Amino acid sequence: MITKRIIPCLDVRNGRVVKGKNFINIKDVDNPVSLAKFYNDEGADELVFYDITASAEGRSLFSDVLKETASNIFIPLTVGGNIRTLDDFDRVLKSGADKVSVNSGAIENPKLISEAAEKYGNQCVVLSMDVKRTDGKFTVFAKGGRINTGIDAIKWVKECTKNGAGEVVVNSIDTDGVKNGFDIEMLRQVCESTDVPVIASGGAGKMKDFLDLFKEVPSVSAGLAASVFHFGEIKIKDLKKYLSDNGIEMRI
Amino acid sequence: MIAIIDYGVGNLFSLNASLKYMNIESEVTKDAQHIRDADKIILPGVGAFKDAYDKLESTGLIPVLDEEVKKGKCLLGICLGMQLLFEKSYEYGEHKGLCYLKGNIYPLRDDIPSNYNVPEIGWNKLFAVKENDPLLKYTDNEPYVYYVHSYYAKADVDSLAAYSEYGVKVSGYVHKDNVFGTQFHPEKSGRDGLNILKAFDEID
Repeated sequence: MITKRIIPCLDVRNGRVVKGKNFINIKDVDNPVSLAKFYNDEGADELVFYDITASAEGRSLFSDVLKETASNIFIPLTVGGNIRTLDDFDRVLKSGADKVSVNSGAIENPKLISEAAEKYGNQCVVLSMDVKRTDGKFTVFAKGGRINTGIDAIKWVKECTKNGAGEVVVNSIDTDGVKNGFDIEMLRQVCESTDVPVIASGGAGKMKDFLDLFKEVPSVSAGLAASVFHFGEIKIKDLKKYLSDNGIEMRI
Repeated sequence: MIAIIDYGVGNLFSLNASLKYMNIESEVTKDAQHIRDADKIILPGVGAFKDAYDKLESTGLIPVLDEEVKKGKCLLGICLGMQLLFEKSYEYGEHKGLCYLKGNIYPLRDDIPSNYNVPEIGWNKLFAVKENDPLLKYTDNEPYVYYVHSYYAKADVDSLAAYSEYGVKVSGYVHKDNVFGTQFHPEKSGRDGLNILKAFDEID
């Protein structure tokens, strides 16, 4: 059987890993290459790099970081942040990304997903969405969670996967950084609406949060987190052993 | 020296980097002479079957591959590159492959329960069918390997070397004589994957 995946997410700004709470109050954490190596050795199943730099200089630093990581670590790397055109896909794929995640870029240009899927294959295109409850509905937010797009999250998943997104990352803005568990209710609905693998993000605070996620939403494929791993609150090795001991299939 | 065939399909960064990391000499090339001169050949590939086959055909390299394989040179197909080694694929129609191995490629969706995701993305356990296979000599027993695919090979028994379970038996690794193929990505399968590449390099 395929295993559930544990994925640390590294937000990279100006060549450094940073982490914020609810998308604000950004703190410097570590060198991304050494952190990636550390996670690889701990048994991470995949890594996600988000480029949160705005400047061209930061972006070129990001490409260097990516190349160095991809030359030393042989597990899948997904890259997101600032992906708006096919040229952006090209840039990160040539620097060693295996999958590319699009968020605001897909909202601004709805054809981006279908064009990228046609050119690079569905397996390469990951839809990432930041979702928040508004008026009892799940709504997609853009620009790092700052702008309400008014788009219904469930409809958005259906549309993007139909257009060729091969995987979906769901970040719950409501639970992000709160460390009180994943957004089970939201994830259940997203999983029911699509055939492609769904990665849960936002809310992990302790090991049991991952167990609850995989038990309560069996169709979810992976759990993603950042600060709990970066600050050593959860060790990936311990987490995978704990999940495996509790009946969740893990690559140990 | 291993020639990695460059026919405009997919991302060769990781494959090249993983060989380099294992100190295996390799070259990304579409030059027929370089492919003839190489000790071994890797055929990578992602995307759609027909598109990939057409691109490979347009490079004019298919007769070169046919000739080298016939001469006994080792060829390793990875992911879609493995699927191309078979006779036919039923991905959006019916398309002819390189016919080095017996068997066809089918959509996962038609053959697996509805609660399984398509594509299959992630780490799955590989069960060896043949004992002492040369490519698996350095891997753990039943290693986890990384898959990303929506179609799968139903390989003939004479080439099926290892499989994974995904609601159906997925041909994970096929091998007949000098032709090898992995549906999973060895270059993304951690230490076990690197060891598979090392074992391929060491085959005489």
